[in-house]
Amino acid sequence: MLAMVIKEFRQLRRDRRTLAMLIVMPLVLLVVFGYAASFDVPEVRTVVVGPGAAQAAGRLPGRLDVVGVRPGDGRAEAVAELRDGHATVAVVTGAQPAVLVDGADLFGARAAVQALSGAAPAAGDPAQSLPRPEVLFNPGLETPVIMVPGLVGIILVFVGTLATSLGVVRERQSGTMEQLAVMPLRPRDVFLGKVLPYFGVATVDLVVVVGAGILLFDVPFRGSPGVFALGALLFLFVTLGLGVLISSVSENQGQAIQLALMTLLPQVLLSGLIFPLSAMAAGVRWLGYVLPLTYFIQISRGVMVRGTPLAALGVPLAALAALGLVVFTLAVVRFRRDLAPAGRDRARQPEPAPVAGGAR
Amino acid sequence: MSAPGPGATASYGVEDLTVRYHGRTAVAGVDLEVPAGAVTAVVGGDGAGKTTVLRALVGVVRPAGGRVRRPAGGRIGYLSAGPGVWRDLTVAENLAFSGAAYGLGARVLHERADRLLERTGLARARDRLGGQLSGGMRQKLALAMALLHQPELLVLDEPTTGVDPVSRAELWRLVAGAAAAGTAVVAATSYLDEAERAASVLVLDQGVPLLVGAPDELVAGMPGVLLDSSERPAYGTSWRHGARWRTWVRDGAAPPGAEPAAPELEDAVIVAALDRRDRAASGGREGRAA
Repeated sequence: MLAMVIKEFRQLRRDRRTLAMLIVMPLVLLVVFGYAASFDVPEVRTVVVGPGAAQAAGRLPGRLDVVGVRPGDGRAEAVAELRDGHATVAVVTGAQPAVLVDGADLFGARAAVQALSGAAPAAGDPAQSLPRPEVLFNPGLETPVIMVPGLVGIILVFVGTLATSLGVVRERQSGTMEQLAVMPLRPRDVFLGKVLPYFGVATVDLVVVVGAGILLFDVPFRGSPGVFALGALLFLFVTLGLGVLISSVSENQGQAIQLALMTLLPQVLLSGLIFPLSAMAAGVRWLGYVLPLTYFIQISRGVMVRGTPLAALGVPLAALAALGLVVFTLAVVRFRRDLAPAGRDRARQPEPAPVAGGAR
Repeated sequence: MSAPGPGATASYGVEDLTVRYHGRTAVAGVDLEVPAGAVTAVVGGDGAGKTTVLRALVGVVRPAGGRVRRPAGGRIGYLSAGPGVWRDLTVAENLAFSGAAYGLGARVLHERADRLLERTGLARARDRLGGQLSGGMRQKLALAMALLHQPELLVLDEPTTGVDPVSRAELWRLVAGAAAAGTAVVAATSYLDEAERAASVLVLDQGVPLLVGAPDELVAGMPGVLLDSSERPAYGTSWRHGARWRTWVRDGAAPPGAEPAAPELEDAVIVAALDRRDRAASGGREGRAA
């Protein structure tokens, strides 16, 4: 039995990725569940508009974090602030006072409603004097309405990253990559030829999931399909690039799955899909801001649920474009290194090969 | 090296080739001439550097030194050491992809694919998946794919390893046909009986050239004397040859009654390897003594 244990440790020592996963994953899970896995939003971004904005801002419950006081604005501007994702609560003062809450920010909205409705109000709580909160975009505060747009992103990660990485690594594992390298195909042709079918599959998936979400779960689609398509295109750009990048550093399909899951798990946990970013400790929140799914969720929830226009989605769109550019460039560079087309002297970095041995 | 076939002019190959993998030298100082219209064999044991030389020739390995001459514009047919066929495509689909990648039109592709499928005996397996073929059938398909675009240079890495004798003969008939049509063919093989049919042979040992020349020349140039016996003798260096023993006596002095053997290419290669190791060992001893 000791021999078996020693053999297993020797193999494990050489399987650095599994070893890294065994060491890193518990730490990641500890950090995630310790600092990020929370549904309690401590502060809800709030804007106050109308002639009495300054006084009303001072009387709001402490949980409402006032980020803007605009006495010159009215209800329409307040709704636009929520629609564009700048705030979760908008307090409108004046002749027709109102408290508007963005139902697309599910946990922020719940926290705000709880604070405003005085679920456990202190005596003399000034919030008592505010009108009853009016939840916009997702009046029933239903989970599927915000989950379906997020799940669209997860599905695109699955097809874009996991399926693509498997498709490309299969070529290397089966020994046909060298055939492609000798054929008179440009690296660009091979790259696009590999990626485009998955792009097609992901697009079909996207349409099916959004359609099913609308039909089965009454998820609204209030915004522009064009803006949504642009966001999905940029997001796919990142996920497909990530798939090719993973495949280019993986020797076999097992390694590719391992790496793809290592990119998937943080995206599920830290992108705001399940746990709101505003509920995370600042130290781990920044991790969410380097993950592409975080920005796609902002776009998909914004467009589908709130009807956010293009102008208000500049930051997530630009972030996806930047991430896409970095990931795709790296993927293309690695892919070109793998392929040395005939007629060129761009060579594949060869695998180590034994040099000892002798003639028969 | 023998002269190329009639009408053949192009010649490909490597000169003073050195390839390093992660700082380790895999092959060094290798010259290989692959004339059009002839078959050139590269032989050697496991790890001798055969695959590395061929990979450098087709351009999937960047040489650390030396010069590579290969046809431009993808006029190379390559049968790699791996399976080299797409396991989840059918025989016909594998050929269709290969033909399309080399820019063959549909009509030409169908004509050539049909002819190659007939000649390889794969016509009835055209709808079978690459992964469902036997080892020999898969190699035949890989060879058909390499021949489909009628390359100027055909590079075959151990095309008959793991293939039954009948299929081996069929594969070599196709290869010889390509050479007769003017293709420059180079094949790595571990089977010296196959190398004996080549116009020229490069023997590699531990990444360096051991012998080069026509098989007859290599056999004729073998140093010492080769003996044949039913029992292992007490002198010389012996190895099995079928049910009998071959014995090499370096100084050429055969003991009385010893039966001389007719040397084959395999004997010439073994003797060259033994000779080189003996010289290296005596050089080392002399070096230490000095």
